[in-house]
Amino acid sequence: MLDTKDILETINMIREEHLDVRTITMGISLLDCQTGSNKETCRRIYDKITKCAEKLVETGCEIEKEYGIPIINKRVSVTPISIVGGSGSSDDYVEIAKTLDRAADSIGINFLGGFSALVHKGITANDRCLLEAIPEALALTEKVCSSVNVGTTRSGINMDAVKICGENIKKLAYLTRENNSIGCAKHVIFANVPEDNPFMAGAFHGVGEPETVINVGVSGPGVVRSALERAEDCDFSGLADIIKKTAFKVTRMGQLVAVEASKRLGVPFGIVDLSLAPTPEVGDSVAHILEAMGLESCGAPGTTAALAMLNDAVKKGGSMASSHVGGLSGAFIPVSEDRGMIDAVTRGSLTLEKLEAMTCVCSVGLDMIAIPGDTSAETISGIIADEAAIGMINSKTTAVRLIPAYGKKVGDSVEFGGLLGYAPIIPVNKYSCEKFINRGGRIPAPIHSLKN
Amino acid sequence: MKAVITVTGKDTKGIIAKVSSRCADFGANIIDISQSVLKEYFAMIMLVEIDELSISFGQFVDELKLLGEQNGLLIQAMHEDIFNSMHRI
Repeated sequence: MLDTKDILETINMIREEHLDVRTITMGISLLDCQTGSNKETCRRIYDKITKCAEKLVETGCEIEKEYGIPIINKRVSVTPISIVGGSGSSDDYVEIAKTLDRAADSIGINFLGGFSALVHKGITANDRCLLEAIPEALALTEKVCSSVNVGTTRSGINMDAVKICGENIKKLAYLTRENNSIGCAKHVIFANVPEDNPFMAGAFHGVGEPETVINVGVSGPGVVRSALERAEDCDFSGLADIIKKTAFKVTRMGQLVAVEASKRLGVPFGIVDLSLAPTPEVGDSVAHILEAMGLESCGAPGTTAALAMLNDAVKKGGSMASSHVGGLSGAFIPVSEDRGMIDAVTRGSLTLEKLEAMTCVCSVGLDMIAIPGDTSAETISGIIADEAAIGMINSKTTAVRLIPAYGKKVGDSVEFGGLLGYAPIIPVNKYSCEKFINRGGRIPAPIHSLKN
Repeated sequence: MKAVITVTGKDTKGIIAKVSSRCADFGANIIDISQSVLKEYFAMIMLVEIDELSISFGQFVDELKLLGEQNGLLIQAMHEDIFNSMHRI
């Protein structure tokens, strides 16, 4: 028999502490959509996505209603488009992006990921066309998300790609200047990118994945914070235990939703991504968890240690609760999407350099950070290279999602709206890395990549 | 299969009667009720069997929600699996 206390705990987590399933993401392989003609390829892409994911939103809503657990996003990820396209023209890739946008509209999802290229070791002719197409494609579409993998532990960092990515981000910021350069929020640069991540903007459907798959991303920073606040004065072992137990419960719910969605849609279950994904809502912040551990403000000395413990405990608790764990799995630290991070940047306690240090121990990287509009492409590439180096050396995923907000400077802020939130402009180191970035070539893979 | 119905709101006469008669209307069999009133605040947790519902469970959720709205209460029906998965290993 169910215990009243357990029932009330679950209901309280959902109603008061913002517990939700952040996303059900259906991965769809588009490898069989490639044809000699771009028009025909677009037609096949549209047909396949709208057929496979026809019932995705409806099923998500059914599960949400029956179990009483909010499922915030229903999304689709597709095979990296650089592999699917292939006509040798960047205009054709822009056409594919528009097709993806129409398909996303037609099935009622809010984002579709996979306008992506994997160029960590080298850039093919098609990859180059896709990279060229990214600024225009993202400026002309609303729901398409894009990612580029520029480095891996196995292959090193492709600095030619890093340079192009810096330039692309600048172009994208300019092309979407009327909307606070929001295009940049749909574009992520990765190192060691996972192929089964359900979270946007970095989701795509890897080539090692099945025809279709269901991946689920959980959330729950508010639940962890409330549990820590109730614990008051325990030591670090005690804190870690509380986080593990909470992550376990949250992930069990994600597993239930994933298995149920997979059964109802007749699509194999892939993974549950154990992430603490914050939102700008009050009470749904990762920074506030760190503060609940005893920091006056996120960014204070001790922040990296607190985040490291949080990230590890989330994985330990969550991994026991799901049959398959994957994706990014850890704590996200996006600035604009986290009320506590926004406040910490505004009051000057959280800087870009501290955020970089935090990315060494969190699940992703420099995420949703607004920087001055006059930051040069080379400086952005330099930041990407630093972040990719952290990922490469530590065998972890790192990512960069920066918004050089056009016409804005330190002291201003930008509003993106909805889950993307708002961000104060953060200062960037003024010294140049132009000569370094313009060298080109590859940074060799580290010695510990030689594992065979 | 079972569902958990939670009812919260300001205490008035006949809340249990209204909820249980709506359950009977749609073929939900009540297995257990626990209820308390704290000051003027009413809280009830009800466990019901939903195997013989005359409508879909989704519709049943909507019907109870509507009943709550008509009476100034928050009524939510949730499939028991969410509690089982979170609290039972």
